[in-house]
Amino acid sequence: MIAVLNVDWQTLADALALGGIYALMAVGIGLVFGVLRLVNFAYGQLIMAGAYALAFASQWGLPRGVGILFCFGVVLVLSIAMDWLVFRPLRTQSPAVMLVATFAIAFLLQSIALLAFGPLGKIASSLAPLNRPVTISGVDIRKIAIVSIVVAALCLVLLQLLLTRTAVGLQMRAASMDFGTARLLGVRANRVIGGAVLVSGLLAAVVAVMLTVQTPLVTPDFALRDTIVVLAGVVLGGLNRPVPATLGGFSIGFASGLLGGALPTNQSQYLPTFLFAAVIVVLLVRPNGLFTRGASAERV
Amino acid sequence: MRRLVPAAQLAAPLVLVAVAALVGTLVSTSSEGYFVDALVKVTIVVGLYVFIGNSGVLSFGHISFVAVGAWLAGVLSVPVREKPAIMPNLAGFLRDRTVGNIPSLLLAAAVGAAFALVVGLALMRLSGLAAGIATFAVLEITHNMLRFYEKIGPGLNTFSSVPETTGLWQAAIGAFVAIGAAFAYQRSRYGRLLRATREDPAAASAVGVSVYRQRLGAFVLSGALAGLAGGLYVHLLPMNTESVYLDLTFITLAMLVVGGSASLWGAVVGALAVSALDSFLANAENGVSLPGGTLDLPAGTRLVVVGALMALVLVARPSGITGGREFPTRWLRR
Repeated sequence: MIAVLNVDWQTLADALALGGIYALMAVGIGLVFGVLRLVNFAYGQLIMAGAYALAFASQWGLPRGVGILFCFGVVLVLSIAMDWLVFRPLRTQSPAVMLVATFAIAFLLQSIALLAFGPLGKIASSLAPLNRPVTISGVDIRKIAIVSIVVAALCLVLLQLLLTRTAVGLQMRAASMDFGTARLLGVRANRVIGGAVLVSGLLAAVVAVMLTVQTPLVTPDFALRDTIVVLAGVVLGGLNRPVPATLGGFSIGFASGLLGGALPTNQSQYLPTFLFAAVIVVLLVRPNGLFTRGASAERV
Repeated sequence: MRRLVPAAQLAAPLVLVAVAALVGTLVSTSSEGYFVDALVKVTIVVGLYVFIGNSGVLSFGHISFVAVGAWLAGVLSVPVREKPAIMPNLAGFLRDRTVGNIPSLLLAAAVGAAFALVVGLALMRLSGLAAGIATFAVLEITHNMLRFYEKIGPGLNTFSSVPETTGLWQAAIGAFVAIGAAFAYQRSRYGRLLRATREDPAAASAVGVSVYRQRLGAFVLSGALAGLAGGLYVHLLPMNTESVYLDLTFITLAMLVVGGSASLWGAVVGALAVSALDSFLANAENGVSLPGGTLDLPAGTRLVVVGALMALVLVARPSGITGGREFPTRWLRR
């Protein structure tokens, strides 16, 4: 398979790393969707904000650890503000209204970044050494690819533990099955939603750190493309449950990494077309996603 | 007097558009462009309204109908002599023909409708979130194809040498046509059936309305209007794939939401109000003198203000500034 596609080890590692990063974004989007029925278009802008935090930290010459902390702080504050100012007042509206609202927030944040930091972008260089290759049994692989795979796996394991071994995790899963019934049984809505938003923000910050190592130039549309692709992946996998959403995110990241690296440019430029055509087909044939079972979604 | 109610509801948006066009003739030539642009936006937003407003289903995909309309009208309007220089890889049937202004607009509307039909046949079974994501996927596919498939257009390059025939009058007539079509549709049997499905899909299908067919009909009509708007757009300014992508999707949806997506009056008011604000801010970014001093905003303020306005309206008044109602006619009913 690898020989057929003419893929080298670096491409494979990069594809795995991209799959891991996209899987984390998919979890971030899927968790919030689970409890709020809200597809967060503005998720990429959280990552963008984190990336700018890292860029400023390296411009001010802060130590690496402090810069990463700063990034986490900015992303968490922003996601909690988003929850309070937008998601909370709109909780009773239809999913379509909330989708348009997050679309508006995404544009608002992006244009604020454009206004405040300019279109040219800033360089986040403090973690640049991670971009150098290491040699493992004669094969060169960039360190960041390994770090991304490990961090993504670690985050997913921790998340699985949170969801299955803690009270708030159990409540989150219950809420994403049936929010109404969960509340009747004593689940506190604000606690669960707050928890989901917080975890989703943490994941956005992790993704911001890893993406800035891969692409140190931070522009206002940083992570915008990635978010659109991940959204497609999440829908492909199945929005309703964390595990299918994660699988969907991973597969689309892995596939686009692999195909983007293996195909010649005149074919890989049409990758989005195939990706989104697949999304449409899945929505028509299996509206609940590829990796799920159970009743079908709303149809006419 | 009661008989005048529908007439007033049609006349109000038409008058508003006519006033905008008339004011446009009075201002300087440099500001005239803002008015023409606003009138084309009215056509797009009314096209959006025909589907989103009447069906209550979200679509992020309408700008792809604007894009295909613009592409066909643009490619066919460039003089045959200049095509090889601008679009060297063009397919034969597009390369050897040039059409005039009006036929290019009609063709733009037709290709918008045809594309909407193809897309709608598959997608109109979806609603809610799935419809939002699927129409977004259509936008992505269209953008990707137009960007790289050079047999049907300039690809990454900007359209040049398209005759700039869209002035105030052409744009105003386009907006009139769109408003007239939208009004005729919403007063027709089909428009009423579709609005019944918006209010209660279960009850509507229980009395024998095919939700799928009614949505498809509105989708095709709104695709035609969007295609027409695309034709008008390409005759207005040199455009490329980025001019018919996320920014335009965002600003037109903002116009519809701010105005009130459930009424034609809301669509027109929203389009003109947001356009006015947008052009004022665009001017202010270059410095504008007001009574009491000069206002000079940093570049990029426009999108921040429009984005904040859209978010604010969604949170505070989800049915828009008109409340999603037609032009108030209570004074006629007395």
